[in-house]
Amino acid sequence: MREYIIRRLLLIPLIMFGVSLLTFFAFRVIPGSAAEIFCGLECTPESIAAIKEDLGLDEPWYQQYGEWLGVLPNDDGDLNGVLQGEFGSSFFTRLPVTEELQRRLPVTLELMIMSMFLAVLLGIPPGVLSAIRPGSIIDGFVRFVSVLWLSIPSFYLGILIITFGAKWFGWSPPNFATGTTVRFWEDPWVNLQTFFWPSLVLAVGIAAVIMRLTRSSMLEVLRNDYIRTAWSKGLKERAVVWRHALKNAMIPVITIMGLQVGALIGGSVIIESVFGLNGMGIYLLESILRRDLLVVQSLVLIFAVTYVIINLFVDLTYAWLDPRIRYS
Amino acid sequence: MAQELSIPLETTAEVARPKRSRLRKTLSVVRHQPLGALGLFIILVFLICAIFAVPMTIGPVTLPGVAPYDPEAINVDAIQEGPSADHPFGTDRLGRDVLSRTIFGARISFMVGLISVIIGTFIGTFFGVLSGYTGKWVDSIIQRFIDVLLAFPAVIFLLVIITVIGDEDSKFRQFLNNHTPIPQGDFLGVPVFVDIFVISVGIGVAVSVGTARVVRGAVLSLKENMYIEAAQAMGASDNRIMRRHIFPNVAALVVVLATIFLPIAILAEASISFLGIGVPTGTPSWGADLNENRENAIKLGIWWTVFFPGLALSLIVLAFNLVGDAFRDLSDPRLRGGGGGGASRTGF
Repeated sequence: MREYIIRRLLLIPLIMFGVSLLTFFAFRVIPGSAAEIFCGLECTPESIAAIKEDLGLDEPWYQQYGEWLGVLPNDDGDLNGVLQGEFGSSFFTRLPVTEELQRRLPVTLELMIMSMFLAVLLGIPPGVLSAIRPGSIIDGFVRFVSVLWLSIPSFYLGILIITFGAKWFGWSPPNFATGTTVRFWEDPWVNLQTFFWPSLVLAVGIAAVIMRLTRSSMLEVLRNDYIRTAWSKGLKERAVVWRHALKNAMIPVITIMGLQVGALIGGSVIIESVFGLNGMGIYLLESILRRDLLVVQSLVLIFAVTYVIINLFVDLTYAWLDPRIRYS
Repeated sequence: MAQELSIPLETTAEVARPKRSRLRKTLSVVRHQPLGALGLFIILVFLICAIFAVPMTIGPVTLPGVAPYDPEAINVDAIQEGPSADHPFGTDRLGRDVLSRTIFGARISFMVGLISVIIGTFIGTFFGVLSGYTGKWVDSIIQRFIDVLLAFPAVIFLLVIITVIGDEDSKFRQFLNNHTPIPQGDFLGVPVFVDIFVISVGIGVAVSVGTARVVRGAVLSLKENMYIEAAQAMGASDNRIMRRHIFPNVAALVVVLATIFLPIAILAEASISFLGIGVPTGTPSWGADLNENRENAIKLGIWWTVFFPGLALSLIVLAFNLVGDAFRDLSDPRLRGGGGGGASRTGF
């Protein structure tokens, strides 16, 4: 077990190195570089060269890569890169990525945490209910709802809510009028109004996955001998299901929740765009569209690190929850 | 005694049997898996829409189109009109018929879905078999590379790869222009086929990563079989064993994977186009239409321009999920309605 953890931990820097190298080169093979987009239409070769020099795009790739990572000194002779916690600045706004992150990270985090919370809330209880009465009306209903939720794309659901909310109820998300997202500690009520719908939209698909897995895992667990023992002891259904069966049934569900974090990250890009939330996802999208290389590299790296670490964490939790599992 | 009696009956029934039993089999599937049958029906309807969307001339025959109008025809006299007899799904901000665009969207979706899944399973199977059978350092290198690719959340992976290979002057596009017969302009009624193709390649690469992992796992256990050892003992080359003994045995798995990935690929195209990175503006793709019309839909209440394309997208994904569930139920009735399904959720 310890060996497994060590091997997984050692793999992380390797994966990160690969991810950073891949994103770095991916965007540098595009000929229509940031400099040209920056320059606009009336552009001479001289001005492009000047901009390239200004942005540091004229330097050899290893220099650019090293400076960004923080293993090679920059023009000022400092090591100031990702490894030092500096992610560079936007070519366009000149704002450092770290500064943008301070503003945007809370938005995305709130969206993701609230979505996961809603997904668990909407997924686990119906899943359990349908598993304890397989074939019943409740079961049929839950299965029907879960396949519907699984099939509706989040952006479509989001657009429907906003469109018909405005048409029928004259409602629109509070951030549409003001253009800013209110922080939770500034005005909790407005904040929740802003975040509830996007989180719900993002949660629906994940809830469906959780619901289906809870159901099948619960069905499996309920067939075990120890459950029969619990019944024959004369325990009430509530105790058998919620105390004895649920614990074991949750093990695979926790794994899938970890895997769904990837879906949450990707989904947040889409949902932020639908609901006009100024989070990390929209920042990444904008930066990709205008080839804001440093920002894109740094954001992709941050997303990938988060994803990989959460997956590792989930794998370890899995082994901790279910001691029968031994990795080799 | 009863058995003896039944023998002549069986033989006389033999002639009429195959036809009846096939029909009965179909009916029994419909009765026991009505939702699965419904899913199959929806897929067929969409497939017909996709194939016969617009009039097509093949040699001397001209096939009529399903779509009542040209999906890209602008009509200034009918801008943003609600659903009516002339335009059952209404018209969009350029007066284009939403019904025709929605029907044509099926063609774009299936095209991207099929091309990307074919590319993806092909590459994925190749690397999966190679990695699983060869083992040692080849396996290590391929697996570490897949680890890196899997570190990207799916949507972000697609954003990056499609931006990079889809750029107007990208090397990949130049390569397609100069060295391959991929048509640059109109192909099968799709105005800018090369754009569709590039997106499909991007999605295909994403599909191949998942395929490679699963296929490798299968190959690892296949490799332990006696017949592989026998083939090796008889002096068959690795190349031959992979092609003649390993590949045929993972082929069924690959087909299953392809059907799982098809709706995901369709959803991926819609999402990417929705984010404005996929198909060029004006292309009648469901995702792109949702993106183009959402502002007016919200501000002016022109709901039909977003409602119908999105509905079509949801329906086709739903249909694939229903068929997938039915298939799972038939193969493992113990897990009725449960299990997996996570595959269709990759963040879209």
